[in-house]
Amino acid sequence: MDAFLTQYVDAYYLRIMVFIGINIILTLGLNLITGVTGQLSMGHAGFMSLGAYTSAILSVHYAVPFFVALLAGALVAALFGFLLGIPTLRLEGDYLAVVTIGFAEIIRVFFLNFEPGGKAVGFSGIPQSTTFTGVWIVVIIVIYLNYKLLNSRAGRSLYAIRENEIAAEACGVNTTRMKVLAFTMGAFLGGLGGGFFAHYMYFIEPGNFGFMKSIELLNMVVLGGMGSIPGVILGTVILTIAPEMLRIVQDYRMLFYGALLVILMIFRPNGLLGDVRIYDIKKRLFRKEV
Amino acid sequence: MFLEQVLNGLTLGSTYALIALGYTMVYGIVQLINFAHGEIYMFGAFIGLFLVTALGLNIFAALLGAMIFCMLLGMLVERIAYRPLRGKSSRLSALISAIGVSIFLSTLMALIRGPNTTRYPEMIAQNTFYLGSVEVSALQIIILVVSALLMIGLQLLIQKTRIGKAMRACSQDIDASSLMGINVNRVISFTFAIGSALAAAGGVMVGIYYNAVWPYMGTMAGLKAFAAAVLGGIGSVPGAMVGGLTLGILEIMGVAYLSSSYKDAIAFAILILVLIIRPQGLMGQKISKKV
Repeated sequence: MDAFLTQYVDAYYLRIMVFIGINIILTLGLNLITGVTGQLSMGHAGFMSLGAYTSAILSVHYAVPFFVALLAGALVAALFGFLLGIPTLRLEGDYLAVVTIGFAEIIRVFFLNFEPGGKAVGFSGIPQSTTFTGVWIVVIIVIYLNYKLLNSRAGRSLYAIRENEIAAEACGVNTTRMKVLAFTMGAFLGGLGGGFFAHYMYFIEPGNFGFMKSIELLNMVVLGGMGSIPGVILGTVILTIAPEMLRIVQDYRMLFYGALLVILMIFRPNGLLGDVRIYDIKKRLFRKEV
Repeated sequence: MFLEQVLNGLTLGSTYALIALGYTMVYGIVQLINFAHGEIYMFGAFIGLFLVTALGLNIFAALLGAMIFCMLLGMLVERIAYRPLRGKSSRLSALISAIGVSIFLSTLMALIRGPNTTRYPEMIAQNTFYLGSVEVSALQIIILVVSALLMIGLQLLIQKTRIGKAMRACSQDIDASSLMGINVNRVISFTFAIGSALAAAGGVMVGIYYNAVWPYMGTMAGLKAFAAAVLGGIGSVPGAMVGGLTLGILEIMGVAYLSSSYKDAIAFAILILVLIIRPQGLMGQKISKKV
């Protein structure tokens, strides 16, 4: 499959497709935390870097098979997501946002001084094990599991926390457990995406996972429509392609990107597909006329 | 040695406090984390530099000029990017809009001035003198005095004037204020203007103190100032001052006695610890949740 693709599809487009896949894994993770549960996280790149470094070190220094390394990276990220979920029991809104920013910054500075990770120079020589097929198979599995989760009892509890935490608690939702669960699952996907990223780039450095990366991922989730799987995918596709399309304006690229964010938010304040759920679309399409 | 570090911390902290005030005032009224605030601070630093080098103004005139320019810039940003969103969207959409403005402004400056560091001309003779055994530079005194004057001025403005009263009313309940005949849009515009002016003052002074400005300086400074505002209790004006000074001192102490390679991490680690122990920040009020 991959041999076929590299033969017939331009390497540049293939690369963009791989990045879209990686970004979808990352943003669906962030969507669980911020979009669905409503806990503003501005440090998703921190989870990504944990997954990236863990999996890269495992496969370079210990020659661990690719998928085992990926899983290990995702599990390390999930562990930290679990730990970061605990302060959310006491903090909310912007206080929580600042804790997640701080967490990602601490992780970044840690890797800047981390000997096995090559410190500030970066970590190179990672085998390029990420392939188009590999990424997109995982993307499809992740979308399916997300869909299953969000239409389950647990998923509805998460939405309920976002809508009104007190009401959710009164209805018997264990908000503590569900919030920590959302953080753990979101971080797992963050670590998974980070692992794919590291094994696609040959080379990673702490600068790849700075504050701007977290913001970029948050933009994708909010732009597409928080809490909506099709929305998040659409937002991710648009914002992954946009900087590439804007290459024609060269130096003015980021200028347009910034203006684009403002304009899109003014015209679609709730995101492009705010709260459209796959379930609703299905219901609308197959609704029987009464 | 210890007292000198405290003084360095106070100098750094007072610039954090100036930026944090803008965050906290805007947040207090419209509950928006104004992520473009760091870029306003960066613009202040560059306008100050321009006034000094191109027009040959002295430091205080440059400070004033930068403050006026950023006042207008802050109001313009509010008018274009935030006002259309107000009332009809979630707070997160406004946040993304703010991020858009932030990216736009820093790229704009990078296009105008190039992405590299520009040095500030030396404006104040490097006089140092001793207070007891503590070495103090003239510049540090100027920064501390100017920041203190600005903060006292702000307190007077908020507590004693009519518009200050309107600001306080809006931060309590924006809908009720508008029913009482307060022009809410004007108050918000004014808040942005004041916050931006303070950030510009901070930018000029940091530029002189560290002798360097660059287009992306706003991101880290904005992040730390936001952290300072949260540390003090976001929405509380005295909290932003206390938070800024505390963060500045902690950061300098961390560098002096622990390790400089962990500089940024230390500030955030302490911040997280404080928030876990005191979730509403140092001076914030605990709002009990209502059903």
